[in-house]
Amino acid sequence: MSIDISQFQEIFIEESYESLDVMEAGLLTLDVGEPDSEVINNIFRAAHSIKGGAGTFGFEEIAAFTHVQESLLEAVRSKSRGVSAELIDTLLQCVDCVRSMLEANRTDAEIDADRVLALTSQLERYQSQDSESNEVVPEATADERQEQPLDDQTGGWKVVFKPYPDILATGNDPYRVIRELKRLGECQVEVSTENLPDLEELDPEKLYLSWTVELDGSCEESEIREIFEWLEDDCDLEIQRLVDPVEGEQVSDDFSVPAKVPVVEVGKKPVDNVFQRDVEDIGIASVESSSIRVDTEKIEHLINLVGELVITQSAISQYSANLTEHVHLQAGLQQLASNVHELQEQSMRIRMLPIDFVFQRLPRLIRDLSNTLKKEVQFVLKGKETEVDKTVLEKISDPLVHIVRNALDHGIESPQERIEQGKSEKAALEISAKHEGGNIVISISDDGRGLDLPSILTKAQERGIVEEGDVLTDSQIEELIFYPGFSTAREVSDVSGRGVGLDVVKQNIKSLGGDVSVTSSLGEGTEFRIKLPLTMAILDGQLVQVGGEVFVLPMMNIEKSVQVRDSDVNVLPNGQMVYRFDDEYVPILDLDQFFSDSLSPARRPEGILVLIDTGKLAAILVDDVLSQQQVVIRSLEANFRRIETLAGATILGDGAVALILDANELVQVAHNLQGINNEPLRKVS
Amino acid sequence: MSEVLEVIEENATQYLTFLLGGEEHAVDVLRVQEIRSYENATKMPHTPNYVRGIINLRGSVVPIIDLRAKFDLDAEFNFQTVTVLVKVFRAGKERTIGLVVDSVSEVYEILDEDMQPAPEMGGAISNDFVKSLATIDDRLVIILDIDSLINEGVLEQLDGVEVRD
Repeated sequence: MSIDISQFQEIFIEESYESLDVMEAGLLTLDVGEPDSEVINNIFRAAHSIKGGAGTFGFEEIAAFTHVQESLLEAVRSKSRGVSAELIDTLLQCVDCVRSMLEANRTDAEIDADRVLALTSQLERYQSQDSESNEVVPEATADERQEQPLDDQTGGWKVVFKPYPDILATGNDPYRVIRELKRLGECQVEVSTENLPDLEELDPEKLYLSWTVELDGSCEESEIREIFEWLEDDCDLEIQRLVDPVEGEQVSDDFSVPAKVPVVEVGKKPVDNVFQRDVEDIGIASVESSSIRVDTEKIEHLINLVGELVITQSAISQYSANLTEHVHLQAGLQQLASNVHELQEQSMRIRMLPIDFVFQRLPRLIRDLSNTLKKEVQFVLKGKETEVDKTVLEKISDPLVHIVRNALDHGIESPQERIEQGKSEKAALEISAKHEGGNIVISISDDGRGLDLPSILTKAQERGIVEEGDVLTDSQIEELIFYPGFSTAREVSDVSGRGVGLDVVKQNIKSLGGDVSVTSSLGEGTEFRIKLPLTMAILDGQLVQVGGEVFVLPMMNIEKSVQVRDSDVNVLPNGQMVYRFDDEYVPILDLDQFFSDSLSPARRPEGILVLIDTGKLAAILVDDVLSQQQVVIRSLEANFRRIETLAGATILGDGAVALILDANELVQVAHNLQGINNEPLRKVS
Repeated sequence: MSEVLEVIEENATQYLTFLLGGEEHAVDVLRVQEIRSYENATKMPHTPNYVRGIINLRGSVVPIIDLRAKFDLDAEFNFQTVTVLVKVFRAGKERTIGLVVDSVSEVYEILDEDMQPAPEMGGAISNDFVKSLATIDDRLVIILDIDSLINEGVLEQLDGVEVRD
């Protein structure tokens, strides 16, 4: 039986990335001097699982490298060495290094051997320091005593290893186990053949043997258990301390021996935890077992099917609407409708992940950046548990990082400057996420210098973004920082400020159907607000009719819909129609004309104007406004290709296909038609 | 049933044939997903006239290409007009596309040696889309290369269509 190991390798890589994130997060919260033992345990466990996986799946270099890290961490865990700032730095570099090794494996690139070597020797240096200073380190905290009596015994171990018959089908090799045990010390291996059946009954794919190994040497029980880590569910295992012949006394310990004197049965708990009494460990174990890893494709498929179900259900409701005499049928249909609705909501929630997945990258970023920039920052992350669709999550990371960088680089002043301003030396940076209506709002606010509006305006005028003499409101000036080619950094630094940036951020967020805005007050700080839809798979849609076809407009972008009144519409000399909204003139896009590519001169509009706000305003002329409903977004690209101004398609209750309009692109088109693209913020009044 | 089952020769391929402007065209039957009578599709803006629109095929959105319009033939719609849903490969990805044809005729088994390369010819259908020619019962059957038809003939051109922006 051959097993394709490559698929496991991918899972391993994915899991290792997660473990690395855990390590990183842990390292960043670690206090110098007095480390929190829970945090260290977390870091250790993460490092350990990377090492274990790397060994099993043939990533020799990673296994060797993480082994060195692990031994160092073990020393920290057993408190035989303290935690220094350099140690944390080195370990963080190790995290990066393992990450790059994984990446190299994934892309079949070369591993940067020099970097690995340099870090390894650095780690080893720490360890050799340890062995020199070991005697000086005060021994035995309460934590340690529990392991101490077990660890330094010399009596040896008796290991009874009885694999289940079908262990070979799991890809495990008992011989590897024996070999590993041998590495721990002198071994006497006895094999038991008592279960071996007669030749005719023997199934060649089954294992009938069991082993008893007597192991000399001073290894720890945990080392033995580690060997069996991957086997624990597939064998009966007894690990027993051999009676020390000199003392003639059975070594037992309240902790290691629950009820059943010296034999410890290995249950399904992670091996490490058997001797650990942290309640928190048990908590983690149960968290782990309560989640499963599922291919996103399967979830997509499920959600699509549920989408179908919703459509079918609404079709049935429509067909049976006039069968009012069938009371039971109607009641059943109502029940069905609410169940289907619930099912849809729940299945959408499968894709929702806490935003913490993105937030956990930030502490490291902020730490490194504030070191580089020599700024002091106290940051707060709020609303980590706020859930957001996975697709949104994946795409929000880069824009968020960019804004945080900007805040650190441009927003926050140097400590000196802050003191001169009468502020506290440490700047405050708050990043928070919360739900607001059907959206998620992420806010990044600092108490830095704020936007310098006059200099932004001057710069915009220099670059021709705004014409001289134009009067802009403060918020319009703030908005200017999102325009292409705009950067307020006086000097270009390597952190941010090459003039590409905020415009790209804005574009990315818009492509997710969201928006970003900024408010600021000089000398007091700046706040960026990113607003995003909760999910990208379902959309609250307004159905509109254009030229005989039904289109869907995203509700979140609709400001209002009005019957066209001649008095509110003006025609510019180039034929472009504009609609007067408050004190602004917004361009009108006649969808029918636009979609039919007709070049006929603008007609006086009839129909309904839908005012769309995507940061910029535009009015879309449609023939009629129909109902509002939730629609499941389907991609056009799957079988076709992307078409500008269309965000996708959906299937309506009657089975017909309707196209979903892309509000951002429509607004863009409307503005370009009007030809005011270069001076978009000019007030026409 | 057994008398209906024919032994398929090793070096033969089965083709579905259909009529386009009176000529018989063929595609590899393994590429055909289903045949359905022509139904109105939801029109898509900013696409050439031979893209009839998109339909709902059991939940996925499938574009419909009218081969008659693509080949500059008269496009009549009557009870025989059908949409042949075929699988095409583009950049390694499988896609489903509907082809509108005048009518479907038959499934033939054509031996490899009975096929000959298409001669150089002018006209609406460039030779790039013709895989080979075959003769069946003294009739000419044009075997289409749907991958290149869709890739270079349809999607490629569509990709070139610029939308005002």
